[in-house]
Amino acid sequence: MTVPTNTDLAFRERAAAEALLDVAYDLTDSPVGQLLVAATEQGVCRISFDPDPEAELERLASAHGLRVLRTSRPLEQPRRELDEYFEGRRREFDLPVDLRALPAFQQLVLAELQRVPYGQVDTYGGLAARIGKPRAARAVGGALNRNPVPIVIPCHRIVGSTGNLVGYAGGLERKELLLGLEGGLHV
Amino acid sequence: MMNAVAIPPFERFYEEYRDEIYAYLRRLAGRDAVDDAFQETFLRALRGYPSLRHGRHLRAWAYTIATRVAIDERRKKTPVPALPELPAEDSRPAYAELDHLTGDLPATERAAVVLRYGYDLDYADIASALGSSEDAARQAASSGVRRLRRRMT
Repeated sequence: MTVPTNTDLAFRERAAAEALLDVAYDLTDSPVGQLLVAATEQGVCRISFDPDPEAELERLASAHGLRVLRTSRPLEQPRRELDEYFEGRRREFDLPVDLRALPAFQQLVLAELQRVPYGQVDTYGGLAARIGKPRAARAVGGALNRNPVPIVIPCHRIVGSTGNLVGYAGGLERKELLLGLEGGLHV
Repeated sequence: MMNAVAIPPFERFYEEYRDEIYAYLRRLAGRDAVDDAFQETFLRALRGYPSLRHGRHLRAWAYTIATRVAIDERRKKTPVPALPELPAEDSRPAYAELDHLTGDLPATERAAVVLRYGYDLDYADIASALGSSEDAARQAASSGVRRLRRRMT
């Protein structure tokens, strides 16, 4: 005997409505493939490309707490804003992000990164200089590579010193697609 | 030495046990009450999840909560002596065989008999499921069985 779908969904909704979850997550389709989007009470804490659910659950649980549950309601705003972004109707995200689980240096880098405007790019060295650590370009690269909330925190807008795309944790094709969408490829 | 068993993320715990707990609650609480009882069971599990110390006995823990929920639900209602009769399932695991047999036992005896002979839980787990001592769990199961025997002869 399996649980009826309505009962299953009703439980998931109530769990979120009664604030019993450490993390809620859901899957959504996008032009860059399926995404896993996860959020705590504070905000979006994870966006994953090509998500492997088992590994993601473990990762979310160890970063935010064991009460991880798939449920759609808390992810409605992030999904809507992502849809609008991919349709070219949104240039800035309004949704809050939760970066509390990250080391201080990475939080600093990601906060600065959020100031790089839609459609523009900066370099690793440029970003390092802006946080007052001009020699830390490599460390900045590492912090971006582990960005838990790509797209919303736009690590795709950071390129190599010669303007080439260099690396992207989600794959260079996606970086190119995101920059193309924003019209920022020609820099 | 026993290895520490990690507690899985709640989603995995829920996916693993939701179907059998639903089936169990349908027998214990009846068709009309099963959906509420199911939600209440896993909401209680969520509330209790942060205080788990290890991942052993999670199945028995889930049955513990489900049984308490079913008993609480019955207490809330007016004293109707028998649990509702349920249709037989297509595939018939042990607990399904016990389904129609135990239908009108008192709730605690029914739970003890179903948990012991249908789900093969040991008396320590049944005791925690019923919120009683191990002796009381054994007692409930054996008086349930005696009552069934009397009825059959």
